[in-house]
Amino acid sequence: MSGFEIVFSGRPIPVRPGQTIGAALHAAGIRSWRTTRINGRPRGLFCGIGVCFDCLLTVNGEPNVRACLTVARPGDEVTTS
Amino acid sequence: MPDVVVIGAGVVGAACAYYAARAGLSVTVVDQGAVAGGTTGAGEGNVLVSDKEPGPELDLASLSAGLWSDLAAEVGGFEYEPKGGLVVAETPEVLTALTGLAAKQESSGVRAEVVTPEEYEPNIARGLAGGVYYPQDAQVQPMLAAARLLHASGAQIRTGVRVTGFTRSGDRITGVRTDEGDLPAGAVVNAAGTWAGDIAALAGLPLPVLPRRGFILVTEPLPEPLIHHKVYTAAYVTNVASEDEGLETSAVVEGTPSGPVLIGASRERVGYDRTVSYPVLARLAEQAVALFPALATRKVIRAYCGFRPYCPDHLPVIGPDPRAPGLYHATGHEGAGIGLAPATGLLISRVVTGYSGQPGRPIKSGANGRSGPAESGGQLDLDLFPFRPERFT
Amino acid sequence: MKYDLIVIGAGPAGMAAAGTAARGGLRVALVDSAAQLGGQFHRQPPPELGGGNVRDDPTHERLGRDQSIEQAIQAPAPRRDFLRLRDRLTGVDLHLGCRVWAVEPSFAVHHDGGTLTGERLLIATGAHDRVVPFPGWDLPGVMTAGGAQALLKGNLVVAGRRIAVAGTGPFLLPVAAGLAAAGARVVGVFEAARQMGALARYPAKLAEGAGYAATLARYRVPYHRGQAVVAAHGADELAKVTVAKIDDGWRAIRTREIECDALAVGYGFVPQLDLPVQLGCATTRDSDGSAIVAVDDQMRTSITGVHAAGETTGVGGAELAELDGIIAGHSITGTPLPDGVRRRRERARAFARLLHEVFPVRDGWRDRLRADTIVCRCEEVPYQAICDAQALGAVDTRSLKLLARPGMGWCQGRMCGYAVARLAGEDPPPPRRPIAQPISLQNLAAYPLRSTNDDA
Ligand SMILES: Cc1cc2nc3c(=O)[nH]c(=O)nc-3n(C[C@H](O)[C@H](O)[C@H](O)COP(=O)(O)OP(=O)(O)OC[C@H]3O[C@@H](n4cnc5c(N)ncnc54)[C@H](O)[C@@H]3O)c2cc1C
Ligand SMILES: Cc1cc2nc3c(=O)[nH]c(=O)nc-3n(C[C@H](O)[C@H](O)[C@H](O)COP(=O)(O)OP(=O)(O)OC[C@H]3O[C@@H](n4cnc5c(N)ncnc54)[C@H](O)[C@@H]3O)c2cc1C
Ligand code: FES
Repeated sequence: MSGFEIVFSGRPIPVRPGQTIGAALHAAGIRSWRTTRINGRPRGLFCGIGVCFDCLLTVNGEPNVRACLTVARPGDEVTTS
Repeated sequence: MPDVVVIGAGVVGAACAYYAARAGLSVTVVDQGAVAGGTTGAGEGNVLVSDKEPGPELDLASLSAGLWSDLAAEVGGFEYEPKGGLVVAETPEVLTALTGLAAKQESSGVRAEVVTPEEYEPNIARGLAGGVYYPQDAQVQPMLAAARLLHASGAQIRTGVRVTGFTRSGDRITGVRTDEGDLPAGAVVNAAGTWAGDIAALAGLPLPVLPRRGFILVTEPLPEPLIHHKVYTAAYVTNVASEDEGLETSAVVEGTPSGPVLIGASRERVGYDRTVSYPVLARLAEQAVALFPALATRKVIRAYCGFRPYCPDHLPVIGPDPRAPGLYHATGHEGAGIGLAPATGLLISRVVTGYSGQPGRPIKSGANGRSGPAESGGQLDLDLFPFRPERFT
Repeated sequence: MKYDLIVIGAGPAGMAAAGTAARGGLRVALVDSAAQLGGQFHRQPPPELGGGNVRDDPTHERLGRDQSIEQAIQAPAPRRDFLRLRDRLTGVDLHLGCRVWAVEPSFAVHHDGGTLTGERLLIATGAHDRVVPFPGWDLPGVMTAGGAQALLKGNLVVAGRRIAVAGTGPFLLPVAAGLAAAGARVVGVFEAARQMGALARYPAKLAEGAGYAATLARYRVPYHRGQAVVAAHGADELAKVTVAKIDDGWRAIRTREIECDALAVGYGFVPQLDLPVQLGCATTRDSDGSAIVAVDDQMRTSITGVHAAGETTGVGGAELAELDGIIAGHSITGTPLPDGVRRRRERARAFARLLHEVFPVRDGWRDRLRADTIVCRCEEVPYQAICDAQALGAVDTRSLKLLARPGMGWCQGRMCGYAVARLAGEDPPPPRRPIAQPISLQNLAAYPLRSTNDDA
């Protein structure tokens, strides 16, 4: 399978098949996609294995999905959580 | 030697320490664990008048609700929210019972309004028969409340110290024995929550305080509030007073200032068993979703349990123990200990300083020969008789 | 039908145990939240990205210098030892992508897609990185060492272009070597420990270390002992770090700043005990103070029918984990252990203990905390709030949590738990997490979920 794209806040992001959403965003130079609820601090990947919950985002309308665990599928619409 | 030793640094012990110190007494608080490490650390923090039938407990609750509001101003720092409670009825029959109760409560001074639930809670399920809104219901963060009251009391706090017995002179209690030595005191207050029966037993006194387990579910923090008041189904009212050993659950849902929604409440008599009962958690989830359908996709991130200290007649134990002069009890508040703590603490400080426990009687010189400050003198017309410790024997 | 055995965790420990038990004739389910087998050590790139030939070399292939990082990284071929573990799983039912949120004493295993039931359980849920707070550690670009490794191994993405690797422990070596070989400029490895001579007693391990050292040398990556990253800086992303020479208690002596866009930092690992604690398995302390599941020499826990293996029983690397799994598998099937397994495990265990001695975490990291340094990332609890709670009478980890909220958020204290416990002056208590993975209220309400073993 060759590469495909997902959409992050309107912007197309290339994905190598099998990559997680977090990895694809990171590779595209997007390293934060969420702001914290108290101090408004930017957050992205931290633990990389699903334990820190820093990397939460919304995928196809489902909020609070862990970007580091969720494998990207063609056409996924991703927004900040 | 302190005037008073309080056993237990939960919210009840903290309130006892606070009001005793305010009455001019010197206070030491001992706890085998940490501040708020007992049931207080597992409580939701509702301060309710709505769930009580007219009677002594409602009188205590009304007094306490006002005191919490005062304490929020005097001490503060414990997320006091006078947000009001909404009790909803699923069926017309339950609504009739609920409005009937509300009418009786109103004649005891409680404010209550029959309302359309969705006007108060836009996200609540449609098709409910109706509801009653109680503006006096409030919420506090119980752990912070206990810690702040203890801090404000200026009492000496000795955590990690376990009470192992009493020192006596004849029948009279003259202090406590601990694993770190004896602590003589003018008066000893047993505010050991669920363990208060064990403490009483150390003095050879029967006091039937038993644990009633409750689970709480905590959701992910919600960015915008979905739930504005404390909301519960009227079934709660019948469950609280139930004699049933088995599991009872009713939906009790509320938002918190820090974002998560707290979901209760289950009641089971299973001793001190901490094993998580997933069927119970599932029932709590189901009932919460039935009440607030928008919660369905929200995630639960935590669950915990605690043990409510209850007495067979579901009334707390507050007052001097005639079987052991010098010993006072402040326990058995079951699912309302946070709400009832300030009134309990105030009453205890009164009896320690000489209030007879019966309205209309003058305050006489107490164990320590002192009386309370003027602002808390005389006006308190609350009868302690229903809460007397010796009522079970 | 019930499984004879459900293995939770498909790392080296779980794979070895499941394979051994299946060969012994048991009907086995192997469950993991990841989409692929392997766990942390044997984390595989997505199958779609394919691999080359089987290889034994633990480091990544070298890439042409002129290629851009994103396109250049090729999926390495799977390691031989992974293939061996995988091939032994014939007949095992794989339940991948299943996050287990609860395990009940009836041995019902609840995951986000259903419930499995078994006669016996084996818990091999591994560990996660141990981190300590420092100013700026929540900036994007700062990652755990394991996180950077997982990004590379599992996704073929390099965490940054100029990367600092810091913390303590032998794990920093493969992380730095992997990143360098993948084309990143690794500006340095900053290892807090200073004295490592004791490791010479284990020549095989020394040789492995020498291999990484050669890779680091090839890419001109400096390896500094007795140094630590004490602060991270940047507006919205990491731009530079402050590195300090530290004394034996880890207090900073002299500092300098280094520009980088990524930091991979880790101070060892924390065993994941959520599920064994749910079951009521007794815990004990590893020699580094970590809470671990207590097991006997058969890897049996205190609960009849429950075994544990791998890093839940003590951090010690992939080889030890695999040996644990083999022993557990034979114990479960009642088959004799192959010669030498027990002896090899004793040696691997002893080496693990030595690593805890050589790479300890000292409380001097606390000196870096400023009033506004975030200690709990989820609830954004600053150090000042921890101090305030202590002034209010919080004397242990739990009361700190109750009064200041560290550990109450999404991650349930997995990230801040170690630091908060040390700030309270104790080793982290075993975690009590009745809900091990977030679950929607509607899914919890649907308990027990409809799909079971038989629908598979
Ligand atoms: C799930 C749940 C939800 C609840 N929600 C609410 C609510 O919304 N509103 C409300 O008003 N109430 C609620 N409650 C009830 C409330 O939490 C309790 O009534 C209240 O916390 C009791 O406080 P306490 O100070 O009496 O007991 P505790 O907080 O248990 O304090 C007793 C202390 O005594 C100490 N102690 C015991 N033995 C000894 C000894 N031998 N030596 C030294 N120290 C000792 C213990 O360590 C403990 O800290 C809830 C309870 C539960 C379980
Ligand atoms: C992020 C990270 C990366 C690492 N990378 C390396 C490396 O490259 N080289 C190296 O030598 N060492 C590495 N390690 C060290 C590693 O811990 C050990 O080498 C080895 O993988 C431990 O084996 P194990 O079988 O005990 O557990 P692991 O390999 O950690 O396997 C545990 C498995 O359990 C699964 N699991 C955990 N909880 C649940 C749950 N609730 N539901 C379902 N599944 C669950 C996890 O998804 C995981 O696959 C890494 C550690 C971490 C944390
Ligand atoms: S990066 Fe930690 S959970 Fe995704």
